[in-house]
Amino acid sequence: MSEEKTFWLDSKKNVDRLFHVLLVLCGLLLVADIVHPRHNAYKSVSFEAWPFFYGIFGFVCFVVIVLSAKMLRKWLMRREGYYD
Amino acid sequence: MTSLPPGFILIFGAFLLPLVPRKAQSSAALLLPVLGLAHLLSLPEMTSAAIQVFNYELVLIRLDPLARLFGIIFHVAAFAAALYALHVRETTQHMVAMIYAGSAIAAVFAGDLLSLFVYWEITAISSVFLIWASRTERSYRAGMRYLVVQVGSGVLLLAGVLLHSSETGSLAFNKLIGENGDIFAASLGVQLIFLAFGIKSAFPFLHNWLQDAYPKATVTGTVFLSAFTTKLAIYALVRAFPGTSVLVPIGVTMTLFPVFLAAIENDLRKVLAYSLNNRLGFMVTGVGIGTDLALNGVAAHAFCHILYKALLFMAMGAVLERTRTIKASELGGLYKAMPWTAAFCLIGTASTSAFPFFSGFVSKSLILSGAASAGYAIPWLLLLAVSASVMDFKVPFLAFFGHDSGQWKTTREAPWNMLSAMGLVAILCIAIGSWPKPLYDILPFSKAYKPETYTWAYVYSWEHVVSQLQLLLFALLAFAVIWRAKLYPTEVDSTNLDFDWFYRKLIPGVGLGIARVGGQAWRTLLGTATSGLQSVGAGVYRLHGPNGYFARTWTINQIVLYAALMLGFYLLLYFF
Repeated sequence: MSEEKTFWLDSKKNVDRLFHVLLVLCGLLLVADIVHPRHNAYKSVSFEAWPFFYGIFGFVCFVVIVLSAKMLRKWLMRREGYYD
Repeated sequence: MTSLPPGFILIFGAFLLPLVPRKAQSSAALLLPVLGLAHLLSLPEMTSAAIQVFNYELVLIRLDPLARLFGIIFHVAAFAAALYALHVRETTQHMVAMIYAGSAIAAVFAGDLLSLFVYWEITAISSVFLIWASRTERSYRAGMRYLVVQVGSGVLLLAGVLLHSSETGSLAFNKLIGENGDIFAASLGVQLIFLAFGIKSAFPFLHNWLQDAYPKATVTGTVFLSAFTTKLAIYALVRAFPGTSVLVPIGVTMTLFPVFLAAIENDLRKVLAYSLNNRLGFMVTGVGIGTDLALNGVAAHAFCHILYKALLFMAMGAVLERTRTIKASELGGLYKAMPWTAAFCLIGTASTSAFPFFSGFVSKSLILSGAASAGYAIPWLLLLAVSASVMDFKVPFLAFFGHDSGQWKTTREAPWNMLSAMGLVAILCIAIGSWPKPLYDILPFSKAYKPETYTWAYVYSWEHVVSQLQLLLFALLAFAVIWRAKLYPTEVDSTNLDFDWFYRKLIPGVGLGIARVGGQAWRTLLGTATSGLQSVGAGVYRLHGPNGYFARTWTINQIVLYAALMLGFYLLLYFF
């Protein structure tokens, strides 16, 4: 029975739809920065008031971490059971 | 009852569990944290009278707001974990889990360093059985390594305590660091205590016991382990080392390196162990900053962290229980068979990533505000950089979504007791995130500096919500883009090297090398000595053996000749 069952996320179209929703939400968050500019609470981190700071920072850090971790595999990856 | 230290109900109760019929043991274990919490809540703020043991003064109960906060969350965690383990029919596991939780609680209320040491060691010895209970060769070895590190931390603590008490004459477990916050200027005793706390807090290079042992414990054991040991160490740091400046770089390093290792790790419970290490880094940084705001942030974050981390370990434990694997390379698409577990896991992820309306959002912001307000711009930036990271998203994604492994066709949803435990903790995560006031009310340090920070209006201000959503959704967007572009590091069944390589490979390797060379030298020496002795023996045999010169029968003439020669020799000697 369960093998015939299909799920909403099985369709690539629906996954694309979710991705587009995410894109729209991200766009709205950028607009929010322009409509309502951020006031900085602490002098030491005044740069957080820059428009789009959090969005760009979040995106860039994520990409840098994943891609550099991928490169780290060259040095760190061993077969399963390496220590056995 | 006021003289009974919190935690003792769990410890004593644990020893009574074997007397209960096997089927009822898990339910009886569930009752212990309830009784323990009721007892704790009935106690007023107090410091019990010191008990004289030999020449030492022990204070078994010191109940102040800091101890109370950790005591409450430890009881809640013990209850949730016991509910999660309700189906387990193993007396030992229930017993050691309750002794472990009870001794961690008792440690929080210990007013002197010697009692702290005793509970410190009991947590170490009891918890190792949760690892060994997996009954595999790997878990046995990992348990041994864990035990060596944990007991080693206790030995350092004891040495530090004895040095410190002989120097100052005091055993009081209070702030040990001087006003300048310089650990290098502190006495050797205080430094040793700091190191002991550092091992259990998983400082960089001292951290590997965590990622080594936690993923190898039983499904239910890991949930217990995730709650107590490291948070007890954080509590101890808050108590004794607030404002110790070196903790800031240590903490920031702790948040950074696990992120990279978690990104390429295949064992999803090990990913959670790295993520745990990263969150401990946030707390350690907060202790280093040491302002009231930062310390309140640490306490609040420890409270929230215990819940959402337990929830995530519960969800991954349920996956392991049902599929018998926790390797990302073998999982995927499980939301189809385990929708509830998937939903609870997503709630745990939302909490750990600090999405608005989830618990991490209301606690992590206090630490970040603490860093910014104290002028720590670079640590603030680095903490922010790892706030929305791949390790949090990959766990639910690779287990429940990602590549459909087809495994869901033969998998069932988690048992009801596991779902209840996850449900309970998930509700708490959302409740704290949506209405943080009760948590803020019990925060132990002064709220005089920027009191508005602790209000709903401030936490849920437009700016705070938008900036956090930007950070998280753009990180999520990066994840989606990388995944769709097929740039994401594929899940490979593998082992990744970490610092434990030094003591699991290098040192044993060097040791074996030394043993081999030494053995060779010894054999050579032994060979030379033996052949030398043999040739001496052969010479003696040649002269004195049955056919030897001295064994022959001599004539009278020969004897007289030799006697005369000998006398002549003496005569010559005498003459000169």
